[in-house]
Amino acid sequence: MKKVFRLEDLDCANCAAKMERCILKIDGVTDAKVSFIGQKMTIEADEVKFDEIMKQVEKTCKRVEPDCRIVR
Amino acid sequence: MEKLGGKEKRMLIRIIVALVMFAAVFASDLIFGLDTVFEGKFSWLFPFALYLVVYITIGYDVLRKAALNVLHGQIFDENFLMCVATLGAFALAIYRGVRGIGTDGFEEGCAVLLFYQVGEWFQRYATGRSRKSISSLMDIRPDYASVKRNGEVVTVDPSEVEIGEIIVVDPGEKIPLDGKIISGRSTLDTKALTGESLPRDAQEGEEVLSGCVNLTSQLEIEVEKEFHDSTVSKILDLVENASDAKSKAENFITVFAKYYTPIVIAAAVLLAVIPGIVTGEWSVWVYRALSFLVVSCPCALVISIPLTFFCGIGAASKRGILVKGSNYLEKLNGANIFVFDKTGTLTKGNFALASVNPPQKKDEILKLAATCERDSIHPIARSIIECYGGKTEDGYVLTNVAGEGVKAVKGDDVIVCGNEKLMTTEKIEFVKENASGTVVYVAHNGKFEGSLLFADEIKSGSKEVVSALNDMGCKTVMLTGDNESIAKDVADKLGVCEYKASLMPQDKVNKVEKMLADKKAKDVLCFVGDGINDAPVLMRSDIGIAMGGVGSDAAIEASDVVLMYDDLRAIPLAKRIAAKTMKIVRENIIFSLVVKAGILVLSALGLANMWVAVFGDVGVAVLAIINAMRANSVRDERTNSKRKKS
Repeated sequence: MKKVFRLEDLDCANCAAKMERCILKIDGVTDAKVSFIGQKMTIEADEVKFDEIMKQVEKTCKRVEPDCRIVR
Repeated sequence: MEKLGGKEKRMLIRIIVALVMFAAVFASDLIFGLDTVFEGKFSWLFPFALYLVVYITIGYDVLRKAALNVLHGQIFDENFLMCVATLGAFALAIYRGVRGIGTDGFEEGCAVLLFYQVGEWFQRYATGRSRKSISSLMDIRPDYASVKRNGEVVTVDPSEVEIGEIIVVDPGEKIPLDGKIISGRSTLDTKALTGESLPRDAQEGEEVLSGCVNLTSQLEIEVEKEFHDSTVSKILDLVENASDAKSKAENFITVFAKYYTPIVIAAAVLLAVIPGIVTGEWSVWVYRALSFLVVSCPCALVISIPLTFFCGIGAASKRGILVKGSNYLEKLNGANIFVFDKTGTLTKGNFALASVNPPQKKDEILKLAATCERDSIHPIARSIIECYGGKTEDGYVLTNVAGEGVKAVKGDDVIVCGNEKLMTTEKIEFVKENASGTVVYVAHNGKFEGSLLFADEIKSGSKEVVSALNDMGCKTVMLTGDNESIAKDVADKLGVCEYKASLMPQDKVNKVEKMLADKKAKDVLCFVGDGINDAPVLMRSDIGIAMGGVGSDAAIEASDVVLMYDDLRAIPLAKRIAAKTMKIVRENIIFSLVVKAGILVLSALGLANMWVAVFGDVGVAVLAIINAMRANSVRDERTNSKRKKS
């Protein structure tokens, strides 16, 4: 399943790239894109575990860029 | 966006306050000498305290983020590195103060953080600006639809409207969904869809696309497509996802960014430790190492390169050229083989009457031909009837001779109208027409009357596009299913480098496959078609360009670049946009790398201080961003003006 999320206060392009790298490492995520310019994130992941995966994604984002919020 | 505006404003106020405080402290230090307040060993304490207040005012959020990120194990975080560098400068100043070699250095730590914040603010502002300027120009998303339900007009979200419902669009409003006009007549602004600035008239019974703006009077439209299938949604999807397909340049930056920071930090540590041990001048080398940390963020590149592509894609979409990804823009720059499908792309694909022989008998010949072709649906027959326009004679019995023409008989009156073959079977002596095109011969009661020549019309602009591409050093090739003589004629008129005639649709795929196999590795083959029956070729070629493609799902699906407006002149324009974008990308990569490398070398040699280093970090990023925004404006020769940035 593929879902797009808006990101708020994503302030640095390098962090976006780092977020993308870290999210890709999460188990069950098949593809992830974090766009600094678009201020959005596209996650492609296993549908069954999607909510669980999203929780991890959120944790990862907080770790890399504490101010950034995922708008659901 | 508004929220971000608020944040930007707050930050700006903070920067100004900090700047004023900094100036006040700095000035009083110069005039009165802050280190004279306390004597001896503690002379550093008073300037330290004042500068610390300024430091915290400007940098508390950086400190907070740095602390959080370090707790999370992110030691390569730019906030953290900036804190290490600036606090390091403070520590060195204290160290010097304690040892009694002066109290300089606090102002430097403060200033670096201040500039860092100014730069960050400007980066945020500039990217926000360019994002906004593009999204507003792509602002074709309708916010609502006024739909007629139970005799009342209600305003709903466009996605809630179903097929078959009637929507009302007032002047000045965007058409929210694709449909057909059932009442009203108006003028439509299709600029957002096609890049065409001339408004178009629309009236009852006509199909209209969502995203057009209704200009003059109210329209009632029967919805034919749901919102997510409507043109507007498809275009927005395409443009919004365009940045997902990454170019080689962007991939290079991603890899570069991954290694750059750790390498610079490692170099900084080595620079502090090794010469420190050797020379014993710790404060000198630690200071130089701290400058390294200031330039350790690859942000300039990481922002400016995707931003350049984003602006380039935005510039193209404003002109009705939808590029599906940065990689295609990159490829388009190198495209040097352009293969065109003839019919429907270079030519109009209709059969227009080119000449009549003998010309003085035009009306008579047309009348006879129209009488024969009255009931036929063949495109040439339709063209004959259209050209004639008058009343045909009744009472003829029409017989269709398959593949040859039509024979009309009334008593002993016989009209024969068809190709060479028919004339031969009817044993009529005729004058052969030698010009290329489709020829219709007409005979009346066994006597040859004359011939009509039909030719496919060349689209206006085709010739200039071919010569523009030839001038750019590209090879132009025309593929067609027509016979050799027609193909040669059109090819000569257009000036294409090569043509291939008599191709069946599957031959076109084979031809393109062969050209792909024969071309050099560096060459990029671009196929241009109308997207109707050439989807396989569009998909197979390096870049597939579909013309006038917003109507057809297959074309959007199969192609890499969609020209929303049926105008070939968009192709050289797209190539120019691509060239400009790539030039800016190269400029930004080289500029950022050279400046950063230069600052690293100068800092290591002790020739650059931290002030220069902070320019190397944020100054370069800001300059690269401003440069990136230039990709948004490319001269459009169709209107011979630069489209204004809003």
